[in-house]
Amino acid sequence: MKKLFIALLTLLPMAAFAAGGGAHLDEANYDLRDKASLQNGAKIFMNYCSTCHSTQYQRYSRVADDLGIDRDVMSENLVFTGVKVGSLMLTAMPTESGAKWFGAPPPDLSLEARLRGADWVYTYLRSFYIDESRPFGVNNVVFPSVGMPHVLEELQGTARLLEIKHNEEELDLPEGARIVKETAVVDANGVATGEILTSYLSPDGNGELSAEEFDEAMLDLVNFLVYSAEPNQLERQEMGFWVIGFLLILLVFCWFLNREYWRDIH
Amino acid sequence: MSNAPVDSGRRRFLTAATCVVGGVGAVGAAVPFIKSWNPSAKAKAAGAPVEVDISKIEPGQLIRVEWRGKPVWIVSRTESVLNELEQHDGSLRDPASEQEQQPSYAQNKYRSIKSELFVAVGICTHLGCSPTYLPDSFGEQVEGVSSGFFCPCHGSKFDMAGRVFQSVPAPLNLVIPPHYYVDNTTIIIGVDKGAA
Amino acid sequence: MFGKVVNWIDDRIPMTDTWNKHAGQYPAPKNFNFWYYFGILATIVFVNQILTGIWLTMNYNPSGDGAFASIEYIMRDVEFGWLLRYMHSTGASAFFVVVYLHMFRGLMYGSYQKPRELLWIFGCLIFLALMAEAFMGYLLPWGQMSFWGAQVIISLFGAIPIIGDDLTLWIRGDYVISGATLNRFFALHVIAVPLVLVVLVFLHIVALHHVGSNNPDGIEIKENKDENGWPKDGIPFHPYYTVHDTVAVVVMLILCSIVIFFMPEGGGYFLEAPNFEAANPLKTPDHIAPVWYFTPFYAILRAIPDKLGGVIMMGLAIAMLFLVPWLDRGKVKSIRYRSVWHKLNLTQFVICFIILGVLGTLAPTPGRTLLSQITTLGYFGYFGLLWLYSKNETTKPLPKRVTM
Repeated sequence: MKKLFIALLTLLPMAAFAAGGGAHLDEANYDLRDKASLQNGAKIFMNYCSTCHSTQYQRYSRVADDLGIDRDVMSENLVFTGVKVGSLMLTAMPTESGAKWFGAPPPDLSLEARLRGADWVYTYLRSFYIDESRPFGVNNVVFPSVGMPHVLEELQGTARLLEIKHNEEELDLPEGARIVKETAVVDANGVATGEILTSYLSPDGNGELSAEEFDEAMLDLVNFLVYSAEPNQLERQEMGFWVIGFLLILLVFCWFLNREYWRDIH
Repeated sequence: MSNAPVDSGRRRFLTAATCVVGGVGAVGAAVPFIKSWNPSAKAKAAGAPVEVDISKIEPGQLIRVEWRGKPVWIVSRTESVLNELEQHDGSLRDPASEQEQQPSYAQNKYRSIKSELFVAVGICTHLGCSPTYLPDSFGEQVEGVSSGFFCPCHGSKFDMAGRVFQSVPAPLNLVIPPHYYVDNTTIIIGVDKGAA
Repeated sequence: MFGKVVNWIDDRIPMTDTWNKHAGQYPAPKNFNFWYYFGILATIVFVNQILTGIWLTMNYNPSGDGAFASIEYIMRDVEFGWLLRYMHSTGASAFFVVVYLHMFRGLMYGSYQKPRELLWIFGCLIFLALMAEAFMGYLLPWGQMSFWGAQVIISLFGAIPIIGDDLTLWIRGDYVISGATLNRFFALHVIAVPLVLVVLVFLHIVALHHVGSNNPDGIEIKENKDENGWPKDGIPFHPYYTVHDTVAVVVMLILCSIVIFFMPEGGGYFLEAPNFEAANPLKTPDHIAPVWYFTPFYAILRAIPDKLGGVIMMGLAIAMLFLVPWLDRGKVKSIRYRSVWHKLNLTQFVICFIILGVLGTLAPTPGRTLLSQITTLGYFGYFGLLWLYSKNETTKPLPKRVTM
């Protein structure tokens, strides 16, 4: 037994070398058990995202059942394409138009949270800033040269990407600002000056929601996307406890059976 | 190999117990394999209840709709057809619809919710062909009965309530699917009232 | 009644004889230790892969347009489809875990030495077939990693002089990896290679039971028999090792269940994140790494700064395994009674193999490339050094009987 654990430990270092990301990502503390959050996330998704983005591997009926929404309510309030509730959640926008309007067709979002991770999605949604050089006048901190307009502007307002040079202790940021990146300043000889260059997003506060409310709403949306990426996560984990519990009982029997027979062997 | 006394009772008990617990595990492991053969969410969505507009149906007309890949008939029965239904009970296998081929709300004289409208799955209970509707010429098949359904595959015959005649291969009356009226002109096929 | 049925069958096929030969009266050395579990564990995983694989084909669609969507269909719309898929994907990784440990056991206790050369060769062939099976299976989800991983590996054949380009074209059946490639890989993955594997596993077991099992002491139990002709250090495989192995099987099932139910992506090593995006021939993911079980060989490939050279070295890395029975010129099998040089050599080999495995998952930097070159040297050094010192190795005296 002990040797088995040693053998497993030798495999663990492989898992420790997980791939690192580029920009700083905020942690998304989503909760798949929070039905209210998931429902709100679904509402935001259907209202703001689904015009361009599909979740083409999910069915409306499945979402309704899993999130505790009545199927009829779902049909009336959240299915905008007029299809049956058992249908896949496709978008009404043809792929060609998407490619024409945005340079590339808006990607399907069924698996976005698994592809990029919840933290990335959470940070991305909150990291649009004004950039007049872009076709839609906005850019994104974690997705440079993004082709998507700032759809959530009416909720969040707009933000500017600003920089400030400061000493380690003193940092005076405007209210609602969010730090994006911190780098140590170096002089011409490559020697650290002790100063820090901080990039931050400064929102104009013109959205319907306050900064906290917006973050909360985005967390709900991320929660919904994490759910959409693998709708049976909770079911899977719950089943896992039963299966492993059963196997442990079986292990006890096997253990004693083995010990009983091996009393013969000296 | 060993001189130690063997407690064969204990050994037998442990072997049996492990086999039983392991057998339970094997059955449990088989569950996902078996259940994965059930209709998928896609099949279920495709087999969802169907809404039918019956405002345009004319007396004597049969309209077909597809539900779960099967033809479902909606037949408008005239007064004379309804009258005729009571005349030939003696030549039917199951005139009172005692076999569970219909929901309880259709277990009546006309095997329907509304007497003038007959809703049935158009699949012969013999081997799965779809019988032909003979509105006028059924008398050639059963004397004295003017309209009915005749299965071209093996010659089974059903009256205008989908009841099977005697001495044909089909054993049972036609199946009446679960259905209900939303209003006077709309039927939902595939689900009982209140279950939607 | 039962006895009559058995007799009836035994008159027609050798059922009882076979059972006795391979289980009921198969003399297994009584000193098997932890390392002797992995053969049976590999068999269990193999059965799991076959079963879940058959079930997955019931809903999988092997076409460029439908493959990716059909996987998500299995994951969402098919009842318990997600479980079957995770059992299969986790099983693939588990297969390599147990096979690598099984092979390490063989190296450690000299299980390839005379008279077990063919047994070892069959094992190496199983390993080779398994790699082909895993590689082709990984294309089937038709995600970005599937596509680009296959692109890289198939391009390796392009390094072969003269015929290289035509060969890659022939393997793909198209100018890029396409539905045609997917279809042939599907056919090979679900039918051809599994058939080969079944035959090889059968031969592996036939060879094993013909020569008898080795053991941690590396001495032949057949050379020391009692008056009935039964090896004094042997015990019937059934019931002693069946009950013994059952414990290990259940432990493995628990470990696999932890992965299947709580971390099916295996930290991004069993199911890689870029594979959650459908294959796109116009866009390569930022960082391509093969699945973890290929990374040691992939690191060897990258360590050599020459396309053809890298491919040759990677091929040699696997070919060396086949030669081990003849590279090792020693007469003592088990590491327990061999020289300290052998112990050090095997240790450095394992360390190099693990470091290569880690390096294969990481993007190359000059430092990492150097490290991979050093460890590649260590990997091949094992075989060279083994050949050198094993001729006149100072070994400890072997015991007459196995030690428990």
